[in-house]
Amino acid sequence: MKDNKQIWNFFASVKLALFTLCTLALTSIIGTIIPQHESYSFYVKRYGEGMANFFRILDIPDMYGSWWFLTLLGLLSANLIVCSIDRFPAVWKQIVADQSLLSVARIEKMPFTHTLDGLNSANSGQLESYLQKDGWKTQKNESGQGLIIAGQKGGWTRTGVYIVHASILIIFAGAIVGHFLGFKGSVMIPETKQTAKVYSSETQAPIDLGFEVRCDHFDIEFYDNGMVKEYTSRLTVLEDDKEVLVKDIEVNSPLKYKGITLYQASYEGYRDFIITLKDPATGAEKAFVAPFQQQVKWAEKDILLGVVNAEALRDRVVRMKVWFKAGDNAPATFWLEAQTESASADNGTGYNFSVKQMYATGLQVAKDPGVWLVYLGCFMMMTGLYFAFFMSHRRVWLVLNPDGKKGSLLIAGSTNKNKIGFEKFFSEFTGEITETLQ
Amino acid sequence: MDSSQLLGITTFTYLFSTLLYVGIFVFKTEKLGIAATVFTALALLIQTAGLALRWVESYQMGIGHAPLTNMYESVVFFAWTIVVLYLAIEWKFKTRVIGTFALPFAFLAMAYASFSTDINKAITPLVPALQSNWLIAHVVTCFIGYAAFAVAAGLGIMYLLKNRFPQETGNGSLLNTLPSLKVIDDIIHKTMVFGFIWLSAGIITGAIWANSAWGTYWSWDPKETWSLITWFLYAITLHARYTRGWGGTRIAWLAVFGFISVIFTYYGVNFLLSGLHSYGSN
Ligand code: HEM
Repeated sequence: MKDNKQIWNFFASVKLALFTLCTLALTSIIGTIIPQHESYSFYVKRYGEGMANFFRILDIPDMYGSWWFLTLLGLLSANLIVCSIDRFPAVWKQIVADQSLLSVARIEKMPFTHTLDGLNSANSGQLESYLQKDGWKTQKNESGQGLIIAGQKGGWTRTGVYIVHASILIIFAGAIVGHFLGFKGSVMIPETKQTAKVYSSETQAPIDLGFEVRCDHFDIEFYDNGMVKEYTSRLTVLEDDKEVLVKDIEVNSPLKYKGITLYQASYEGYRDFIITLKDPATGAEKAFVAPFQQQVKWAEKDILLGVVNAEALRDRVVRMKVWFKAGDNAPATFWLEAQTESASADNGTGYNFSVKQMYATGLQVAKDPGVWLVYLGCFMMMTGLYFAFFMSHRRVWLVLNPDGKKGSLLIAGSTNKNKIGFEKFFSEFTGEITETLQ
Repeated sequence: MDSSQLLGITTFTYLFSTLLYVGIFVFKTEKLGIAATVFTALALLIQTAGLALRWVESYQMGIGHAPLTNMYESVVFFAWTIVVLYLAIEWKFKTRVIGTFALPFAFLAMAYASFSTDINKAITPLVPALQSNWLIAHVVTCFIGYAAFAVAAGLGIMYLLKNRFPQETGNGSLLNTLPSLKVIDDIIHKTMVFGFIWLSAGIITGAIWANSAWGTYWSWDPKETWSLITWFLYAITLHARYTRGWGGTRIAWLAVFGFISVIFTYYGVNFLLSGLHSYGSN
């Protein structure tokens, strides 16, 4: 039993907390200096074989996921849990205690006291309703030593520290849920193509999404100075070949579907072009993927077409030369700017044309069912910090006829924080009580 | 008048403010006091106008965004926050000598922003990942925290100086004009608590931003890790004080170490370590 008590006290101690937090802070530095997630040969080259082996034993290449780092986090959690179980009951008692049961002797020793005399007609109902109107939770007790009315405010703010500590555990829980039930992956989808699989960031293994995603369109917008302004992909979600959702995603504005989120992350430009023909009469559209300088065929209409030349500004195609041949007619060629449409009247082919370079959109794909726990933890942490540092548990006592002194009123108060603020409050409070009784 | 002129003027006015506060400290002339406060408030107004104008200018350039998105802008905002915080402390605790230890940080930050060749002062458009309101929330919260830690470190130095030369605390000595050790200790603690809350909010908003841009709220990149190390350091300080009764010199030293960790998070990581946080590196 004695051993158990010792173990308990060890895990409940703040010394352990200081040790764990210091160790976490110091060891965390390692991973910011030694590059993470590199290959064994990288470490051999940079630090020599001996060091590389040493790193391997200590999991330095993945130190934030290593057994010893996770053990430290486990220790921190155990410490938090045991410490809270150890201390919370006493705090809870302070919150729910009936403050009017205190002895007059104790109330007299409160940090703030003030006595009023000659109040022969003072009545307790008047005082109690004044306190209640002012937002105090009141309790009353008639004892041999006098009539005690106790009021308190913000008792629950004593839980602030515990909310902060619990929030850390909740954030950890969210991270664990995400680790075991979620995944991180990525995929490149060429325009017009669709996929049901993405590839795990850790192992490259394919992961089934449970639905298909098609990239309809990818676009890069530029500022005047040539910097990239935005990447946009139009994605369509398909289930059983039926379109269920269409969304334009941007960096910072992902697509969410069935717990899986698709983020715009990168792109890849191809030497292929997407040529879209529109029949001006019917409005019908048809798109072709044409590799650079290769013919594609629209057999139904006996049409051949392709891109024979292109001009690029840095790595961005700005102008393309289209070649078009219908049946036995002489071929037509014309230049076309990116993002514009050439009217049939101008190009003489009978179709409206638009051409763009073909891209693949690079998507980061994540499923993280633990995120809401992490966010809940973050919210609790901020709330808890606010309670812990900016709010206090204030208590006041009004004792009528203390120790049998007729016509006397003892006013007392105490606070667990912000003594200076309370001092100011207390002098106003006594002033108002005096006024109430007149 | 454009924003860079206003911000340039600010650098010199903060230098002058610093000198005024040092003057109060050295010559113990409270008469300079009002002048220092008024002058600093004026410099703050000029800087505020500079920041506002920079914001407007970015809209005139068609790339409108709050002036909080690169190294230059964040350093300027850092200086601004230090001065706001300092003036609030001066007003609340009715003591001016603290300015001698706080204003130099604001001046140094402005001087670094204005004269360092590492820093690009142009208003640049935002790459896609930075176009997020969470980024603004992240920068604002972090830098309020950092500014509080800077003031706490200044107070820590003040505490250590006064504590180091107790024999000089007789009448007429320089250090005698400083508030009592107990008062300094109290303000250090309050400033650190304030900073800790804002740093917590800064780390949280950063995580939310990362999650909305990349789907990962935490990736242990050096910048994130260093902000966490800094956070641990201040958490340790709060616990040591609250539960083990640490105070005085130990806490003053921790305030100084904490700020060194802040500087490293903010500056060292960008220039000494490689990381994903490319934002702020130009
Ligand atoms: C990173 C982790 C932690 C954070 C952010 C944190 C946060 C806080 C905060 C903000 C306070 C209030 C301090 C004050 O009022 O000045 C506090 C108090 C305290 N913490 Fe922690 N804490 C952490 C870890 C721990 C751990 C592991 C323990 C384990 C023993 C612990 C034990 C305590 C105790 C005993 C108090 C005083 C509670 C009281 O009596 O009011 N903390 N903590």
